[in-house]
Amino acid sequence: MNHSELARDFNKDEQRVDWHDETLFWIRNKRDKAAQAIPEWEQLRESASAIKDNVLSGLHNYLLEFESNALRNGIKIHWAQDAAEHNLIVHSILKASGIRQMIKSKSMLTEECGLNAYLEKRDIEVIDTDLGERIVQLAKEPPSHIVLPCIHKKKEEIGTLFHEHLGTRKGESDPLVLTAAARENLRAAFLSRRAALTGVNFAVAETGEFVVCTNEGNADMGAHLAQVHIASMGLEKIIPKRAHLGIFLRLLTRSATGQPITTYSSHFQKPREGQQMHLIIVDNGRSAQLGKPDFRNSLKCIRCGACMNTCPVYRRSGGHSYQHAIAGPIGAILAPNLDMEQHADLPFASTLCGSCTHVCPVKINIHEQLYKWRQEIVKKTGVPAAKEMSMKLMKNALSDPALYRLAGKTGRFLLKYAPFTINNHFNPWYQQREMPQAPETSFRSWYLKHQK
Amino acid sequence: MKSREKILSRILEHQPESTALPFSPEIQGNETGSLQIFTEVLTKIGGHVYQPGNLNIMKDQIRGLFPGKSRKITTLSLFSDLADTGWTIQSPSELKDVEVAIIGAHFGVAENGALWITEDQMKQRVVPFICQHLVLLLEKKEILSDMKQAYSRIGDSTYGFGTFISGPSKTADIEQSLVLGAHGPKSLHVFLLD
Ligand code: SF4
Repeated sequence: MNHSELARDFNKDEQRVDWHDETLFWIRNKRDKAAQAIPEWEQLRESASAIKDNVLSGLHNYLLEFESNALRNGIKIHWAQDAAEHNLIVHSILKASGIRQMIKSKSMLTEECGLNAYLEKRDIEVIDTDLGERIVQLAKEPPSHIVLPCIHKKKEEIGTLFHEHLGTRKGESDPLVLTAAARENLRAAFLSRRAALTGVNFAVAETGEFVVCTNEGNADMGAHLAQVHIASMGLEKIIPKRAHLGIFLRLLTRSATGQPITTYSSHFQKPREGQQMHLIIVDNGRSAQLGKPDFRNSLKCIRCGACMNTCPVYRRSGGHSYQHAIAGPIGAILAPNLDMEQHADLPFASTLCGSCTHVCPVKINIHEQLYKWRQEIVKKTGVPAAKEMSMKLMKNALSDPALYRLAGKTGRFLLKYAPFTINNHFNPWYQQREMPQAPETSFRSWYLKHQK
Repeated sequence: MKSREKILSRILEHQPESTALPFSPEIQGNETGSLQIFTEVLTKIGGHVYQPGNLNIMKDQIRGLFPGKSRKITTLSLFSDLADTGWTIQSPSELKDVEVAIIGAHFGVAENGALWITEDQMKQRVVPFICQHLVLLLEKKEILSDMKQAYSRIGDSTYGFGTFISGPSKTADIEQSLVLGAHGPKSLHVFLLD
């Protein structure tokens, strides 16, 4: 199934979609308030963007600088070309210490690599500890949002899951009670697991340290209790200097949820005494993306999720409809880089309204890149039938003035008398929309009439 | 070629022409952060802020907050009459039953209510995370205005592990309802002293 078909499924439950839509927009509004409270906000975005540009242009040396400093700090560094190699490295680290159970805090990279499934096949149990991720793990689903993994779930469904797996009372759906149950259950896991895997938000070349941000404290509970800490990081997470954290940490959480900063921003410089600390630097298509001038600056992404919260398509189609670890506008740029044919539908899952670009803290030109992907995809693979047709119609209409006028008239006619026809044929996005009222006369007819 | 070399050579081949690092903007606003803003922000995100006046008042306040015989530990000899100062452990999991931990912080940041704490102040890294309630001590004059100042204060120091803590552990993963005490402390109490 492609994105628009899955989106149609998601839209069958109208109440849920409305809730999803409104909740994400509420978070988007919190982001606006937080941003407006910082007078130098635009300057911060500008700086963050310029720092990331500099990182991409000097990535080779920054990675080497980071590696040598991290090694000096006692961190073991591994390099993985792709998902398979990343998973193999994790497995071999665990095997070397005879570990069969691991806890994990939020890492979108391990979702991208399919690590959980890989390890489970090798009889290694993985427990996700971020509450939202734990919930989707129990439901045997992938996260639907990079910051809010179970934003698509209602509390009653979570109550049912917890009743089944954690033994909470049947019908219990109070978030306070459910969170307390998860806390107790996961605490036992934190205390007994010998290995913990975390993601990486930023890695500082100058100091060889890495920073992990959470609100729950789960990355810290895992890392500080375990004998083996594995951190998985996409190679674009490098920043040159420690002082640059002062810019990124100001932007990250304000953009994500509107909080001034996450509860914990933990700086791992050296392993704890007696602890093994491993860091895996993962490529998985990133160095190829770096070679595409039109798309390379998608590598500046700091995974705040703001572009998803603001996207009218994401809000009404849900993260799962993207069928990729990173959903939403940025996911629709990153996914085709990994497999263009498989993800050819994603760059079309956008209205190109530009709201994503407008909120992005590192100023990625998201909607322009989506538009560019469309052109690439049309050139190389052809597009799904419905869109191909509407695009052809559009192209013909635009290149032929007479046709354009006719299409304008037909369009108005269809809108007025048979909206379902235009809905189904021209654009899958209109299926769930009330179409606007068609004006009685088009601007062109009005203009011609009044010109005389 | 090993993966490392392959990745690095692809990057070298693909990275664009070098661009400059931005000129870092000058420090905005006051050199010292506002106590009032710090208190407001930290309170809003679920923390409690106290200005006890002197050490004895502070101790009474802590006793009032945490009566009873539950396990309390500290890394500050100042509080030996309130909490265990002599604790030593073989494994960090031995701290699982700690109810209250009392430790010091280097400085606080007004714009986000965060406090900077390093490993030497924790003794064990897990202390500020595993306790049920966390008490932090901060000198009033150690409040900076924003994160830019925070990093200029941290400079190039080495700390093994350091963290900004801003409020109690929290989650809103279930239908966006805020719950305090996700995996870390359920409450955070910051005492400001002269
Ligand atoms: S593309 Fe920009 S807005 Fe979207 S997640 Fe990345 S940093 Fe945030």
